[in-house]
Amino acid sequence: MKNPILPRGITRRGVLKGATALGAAGLILPASYRKAAAEPRRGGVMRIAMGHGNTSDNLDPATWDNAYVQVMASTIHNYLTEIDTDGTLAPEIAESWEASADAATWTFRIREGVTFHSGRTVTPEDVVASINHHRGEDSGSAAKPIVDPITDIQIDGQYVIFTLEAGNADFPFIMSDYHLPIMPSTDGRIDPRSADGCGGYVMQSFEPGVEAHMTRNPDYWKPNRAHVDEVIMLPIIDAAARQNALITGEVDVIDRVDLNTVHLLERSPNIRVISVPGTQHYTFVMDSRVEPFTDNNVRLALKYAVNRQQLVDTVLSGYGVVGNDHPIGRSNRYFADELEQRELDPERARYHLQQAGLDSLDVSLSASDAAFGGAVDAAVLFSETAAQAGININVVREPSDGYWSNVWMVKPFTAVYWGGRPTEDWMFSTAYATGAAWNDGFWDHERFNQLLSEARSELDEDRRREMYVDMQSIVRDEGSTVIPMFANYVMAVSDTIATPDDIGANWTMDGFRAPERWWMA
Amino acid sequence: MTLVLRMIAQRLALGLLTLFVVSLIIFGATELLPGDFAEAVLGQAATPETVAAIRRELGLDQPFYIRYVDWLWGAVQFDFGSSLAQRGRPVADMILGRLGNTLFLALYAAAMAVPLALMLGILAALWRNSLFDRVTNSSALSAISFPEFFVAYILIYILAQGGWFPSMARMPASADLGEKLYRSFLPALTLTLVVTAHMMRMTRAAIINLLSSPYIEMARLKGMRPSRVIVHHALPNAIAPIVNVVAINLAYLITGVVVVEVVFVYPGLGQLMVDSVSRRDIPVVQAVALIFAAAYVLLNLTADVISTLSNPRLMYRK
Repeated sequence: MKNPILPRGITRRGVLKGATALGAAGLILPASYRKAAAEPRRGGVMRIAMGHGNTSDNLDPATWDNAYVQVMASTIHNYLTEIDTDGTLAPEIAESWEASADAATWTFRIREGVTFHSGRTVTPEDVVASINHHRGEDSGSAAKPIVDPITDIQIDGQYVIFTLEAGNADFPFIMSDYHLPIMPSTDGRIDPRSADGCGGYVMQSFEPGVEAHMTRNPDYWKPNRAHVDEVIMLPIIDAAARQNALITGEVDVIDRVDLNTVHLLERSPNIRVISVPGTQHYTFVMDSRVEPFTDNNVRLALKYAVNRQQLVDTVLSGYGVVGNDHPIGRSNRYFADELEQRELDPERARYHLQQAGLDSLDVSLSASDAAFGGAVDAAVLFSETAAQAGININVVREPSDGYWSNVWMVKPFTAVYWGGRPTEDWMFSTAYATGAAWNDGFWDHERFNQLLSEARSELDEDRRREMYVDMQSIVRDEGSTVIPMFANYVMAVSDTIATPDDIGANWTMDGFRAPERWWMA
Repeated sequence: MTLVLRMIAQRLALGLLTLFVVSLIIFGATELLPGDFAEAVLGQAATPETVAAIRRELGLDQPFYIRYVDWLWGAVQFDFGSSLAQRGRPVADMILGRLGNTLFLALYAAAMAVPLALMLGILAALWRNSLFDRVTNSSALSAISFPEFFVAYILIYILAQGGWFPSMARMPASADLGEKLYRSFLPALTLTLVVTAHMMRMTRAAIINLLSSPYIEMARLKGMRPSRVIVHHALPNAIAPIVNVVAINLAYLITGVVVVEVVFVYPGLGQLMVDSVSRRDIPVVQAVALIFAAAYVLLNLTADVISTLSNPRLMYRK
């Protein structure tokens, strides 16, 4: 029987397909992600409580390592480039940029007329000094590995020219890294103890571990940004205390909502939970140089032995999406949608064990809540589903203190947290390229390395996409990392706060830019 | 009196020795912890070259004893060095404000807890085995048995979410005393609940112990009122054990309240100590540890002086 309501050309199957697509979009973009917003309003005091921050925080960009200083930095500073809410690159202190044909020389035009809070004009010399702060033999900067490929920096009038040791089509993305703010320089050096910057807010007082107080920069060059008059940032480490502060109205914004109690927060009428699916992901990484992980069949067996949806539902309380054993998130440009999603399949796992010549497998998995919140629980859940495939995972609870120096990249099988990177190349070169400092699986794949360096200097979009999809597929099927889940950035705001329609997914707090992009309702 | 003065001088000298030993132990203990400042500050982002560069810059590549002697040489001149994490910021500058906050909270809690504990203890001794005694005892015991953060959450749930007091003890710089007392009421109340039981039960036990002495019986036989017997005759002789317990609890209020600081976001020394240990920021750890040790030494000294003064047998022994 024909359906008289539907016009020709629309079939039942087509409608179902459309509905599924809509449903899938709904999964990726939860309702709270998009919220109709009025025109930004000027004024007010935005009080932000962060789940990070401690008495050791300081103003030196080389040491920034937690979300508190990262948001604070993006509030008082500007960078060469800015990652927009849709994941594309926007100009900031660099007005425009262009690459040589081999993508190994990059020329940035520095915006004219931008001033630091101290009144000085931003010059190309300041840009060079700000980047050089992280380079060189004596650099103790956490950003040293990402600026190491720069072999030379030249100034030509209002232009700054970077020469790289090899082509990198994503170089302007790297210049948006939170470690690389543009700061005022004298004699070619920046003062790492100074809070002077060219961002939307001026630092009034900063007491590490207690409070940062910033006021609006009256000379800020960006129109329609930096809406509130004052920003107060507090570190509140205790999740319950942070939530209480929001409920009792002591603060307006909190990050790192405790996922065990998020449903209680959602019931509060004056509070809105903001959940953004980003590039942050949790992994179980195997040392591919150590038996039994040298055999890809063993690694595949483990990949088929994890119940991803269960981990997302329990460890993340649903605030996340399943991973497909590669580190590229759905918000990345070249996310490989076409790869089949890997599911729990004890039969397949058993088959791969047999291929490896094993009847059963005994491995120890090191986990700690330092790796990511709920890592030990996730490891226990993993061991339970793996038991169905004849894999016996012995979960070792490691101390949180010193986890990154004594467990990660030391023990053969560990739980790890990755903040993700805005570009595919950045993520792969950081943790999957042979010899990379943080290649935590000690993975070495010839074709992958070759594709990676080819794609880096490839400027043709379609060709690049093809290569990155290939690489995702290689990491998925032959890599040394189980990537069961991508965790959303979960924040909560009271009804005093209004946000734009789109919220950046590259980092927490709207890509660290919440104080600049959000406003008081 | 010279005896007391000599005792104070002796104890202070011993105290200095204690501080020296404490500094040696703390330095050695942080040395035994896995990792150092360079690794801790870089965390997941550490590479061998950057770790080496930071060590070179801060002199962490020097052997253990050279770094300790360097530190000690500065410390005897009251220069506690500068923090590793806040390059160039003197440790004293980081600590002073927080020390003030810690002392403020400790005094605030003590001002509520000590009179309350003494009063309840005396009353419980006076009316021992009565309903009052039992209720006081069991409620004080339950308050001390709950973990601090649980007591804190209960208070927040009732008093902060009810809108009576702020859940965060954050002080605006301009806060006057009244505002400060109001804002830090909940942490002070939490600490009061936690420390009262110990002092109260010691007061009660010490007094009850004396009530069976012959001189108390004599006082009763004279027809003296029970309250007068306790306050005038039993209490002065019970001072020594009570003062000792009070001193221990005051020292605890200064050194052991990091959980309460975290829950109420109160910027005290405990949080600084925990952060510095996890970052291996040894100059700060050392300085805070010395303050904590000094608090114990001084409070114990005070307790001893008061017990000696309260006991003529100790004052005039030959």
